[in-house]
Amino acid sequence: MMTSALITGHPLGSKANARYALLTMSRIRKFEEAVEDLFGRGMVHGTMHLSIGQEASPTGVCMALNITDQITSTHRGHGHCIAKGADLTRMVAELLGKEIGYGGGRGGSMHIADVETGNLGANGIVAGGIPIAVGAALASQMMNKGTVAVSFFGDGAMNEGAFHEAANLAAIWKLPVILACENNKYGMSSSIELAFAIDHLSERGLAYGIPGVTLDGNDVSAVYEATEVAVKRARAGEGPTLLEFVTYRWKGHSRSDKNLYRTKEEIDEWKKKDPILYFEHVVREKALLTDAEIAEIHKLATDQVIAAVNEAMKAAPADPAGLLDAVFKKVSA
Amino acid sequence: MSDRMLTMAQALREAMSIAMDERPEVFILGEDIGIYGGAFGVTGDLYHRYGKERVRDTPISELGIVGAAVGAALSGMRPIVEIQFSDFTAQAMDQIVNQAAKIHFMVGGGLNVPLVLRAASGSGTGAAAQHSQSLEGWFANVPGLKVVIPSSPYEAKGLLLSAIDDPNPVIFMEHKLLYKIPGREEVPEGGYRIPLGVSRVLREGKDLTVVATGIMVFKAIAAAQELEKEGVALTVIDPRTISPLDMDPVYESVEKTGRLMVVQEAPEHGGFLNEVIAKVATGPSLGSLIAPVVRLAGMNIPIPYAPQLEKAAVPQVPDIVKAARNVVANWR
Repeated sequence: MMTSALITGHPLGSKANARYALLTMSRIRKFEEAVEDLFGRGMVHGTMHLSIGQEASPTGVCMALNITDQITSTHRGHGHCIAKGADLTRMVAELLGKEIGYGGGRGGSMHIADVETGNLGANGIVAGGIPIAVGAALASQMMNKGTVAVSFFGDGAMNEGAFHEAANLAAIWKLPVILACENNKYGMSSSIELAFAIDHLSERGLAYGIPGVTLDGNDVSAVYEATEVAVKRARAGEGPTLLEFVTYRWKGHSRSDKNLYRTKEEIDEWKKKDPILYFEHVVREKALLTDAEIAEIHKLATDQVIAAVNEAMKAAPADPAGLLDAVFKKVSA
Repeated sequence: MSDRMLTMAQALREAMSIAMDERPEVFILGEDIGIYGGAFGVTGDLYHRYGKERVRDTPISELGIVGAAVGAALSGMRPIVEIQFSDFTAQAMDQIVNQAAKIHFMVGGGLNVPLVLRAASGSGTGAAAQHSQSLEGWFANVPGLKVVIPSSPYEAKGLLLSAIDDPNPVIFMEHKLLYKIPGREEVPEGGYRIPLGVSRVLREGKDLTVVATGIMVFKAIAAAQELEKEGVALTVIDPRTISPLDMDPVYESVEKTGRLMVVQEAPEHGGFLNEVIAKVATGPSLGSLIAPVVRLAGMNIPIPYAPQLEKAAVPQVPDIVKAARNVVANWR
């Protein structure tokens, strides 16, 4: 199993936490790079949405959660899945259309869910997961579970009706849910300047009577701290929080993207704000990790991803024979 | 009259009450279902009996409501969503079609959505084109959804309890004219179940097999009673669930009668009962047919407002009588 135990706590709270935060971000980066490579070699069907450059928000958020807390994710969901603790082999296997993949090859990249780690799934529909997270939080409240649900979504999702309806329900019922917007500046090619008439997307919290906070989404510690406040509020029964993590995707929206809507200079500027390099800088300064340890963590991440790819490649392809029986869950007699 | 001759509204309420007594994870959510008791009075006094958490009034927010129900269903609850008019499912379509229907399949079986979506369906109340549709065919065309159309109080109670038990999303289409019509048979007390995917043969006659859904079952029986006086004997089959669909009783009946008529309120073009015809055309009883198949369905128009226009838009008892009489008389 490639799953590493989930660590809850501040990324700078201890050497182990710092190591875990860096390893998680590195695993996401290496995973995405491996996926891009597999696509480039024509080994993966369909499309892909890479989250390179956005590794801090899933990592910081999930370090503020327990394994029983739930998340919903997006089409750009590999990072959330990894940060919540998913098995890399089963993820790669899904992309390769293998029977051992999370969806048995039936869902692909945009539909990976992992019940064991509370991941209710990525989603191919923009904002589709937000009402679902609100419903998960409703179940938590009604069943007194004490769990919170986090819905990850992009800036584009905030102009969908689903966001508004879900935010309102969460607010009126004071549900333990966190609305985690990863504002990476573009909904496919539409810049936030074209799509919004407000400066900070978190201002929309006001419309629902809930706190809204904008912060540096490339600073894993800041992400963790804001999430921790929101988690405490949620567990205390005080209701939802809207968090806006300002970040940037280095790669195109998907395979077809030629980056015609933004400049190379802009992309290069954001690469200087690399969340992984920034975190390395912080942990060095705080003497939590040495250069050698940092190098060893990246190597471990690389080795884990390579091992996952190799194992997934060897796995049996998904079998069409089971398709009809997979539509419904069997009614127990 | 026995005190167990319930209306469909009463029978549905009884089913929900039994389910809530049996399982703490069952709850109802929807617009005006609390103190108001539901736009058609189906939830009635449940709010007072089970409280505002389990009989949960929502804002007018169909997408949000269904989405929240999907999330709750994924997380251990068994929500029953009431959509005030089935037309408003259009507002919630993403959560029904893209989410609820597909999650179990897409994620490899690890998650499932035990959700019931009840919706008031059909015409006859003068509410015009946005409050009168019969949209069951939309849902029947989406793999991953089960679709139930109760035709009487007895069916409604037993089918709703099975729908609530089911680990998958079930669309439950209730014809609003049936809510207050007394049933043709007693509704047993207690939590009896009618399995999803089992057609019911309501009466047997040698001349014509009639397959009808929802309120058209009620009308087909009325037509059969009238034709009986003329010596024309109809078999009436109610599939009860159109997904899954149990065709065996239809094949068996067509083999005996040699004639088939389908009756639905939904518009003819692309309507669900065309699927019944297609299955007969490709199934084991085709060779028994001695007459062209007769199709009675709603006109291919939005439901109009004025009473005479509204009546003209969907099959009525005299239409069924006439069509049945003709096919039996003309094809021997």
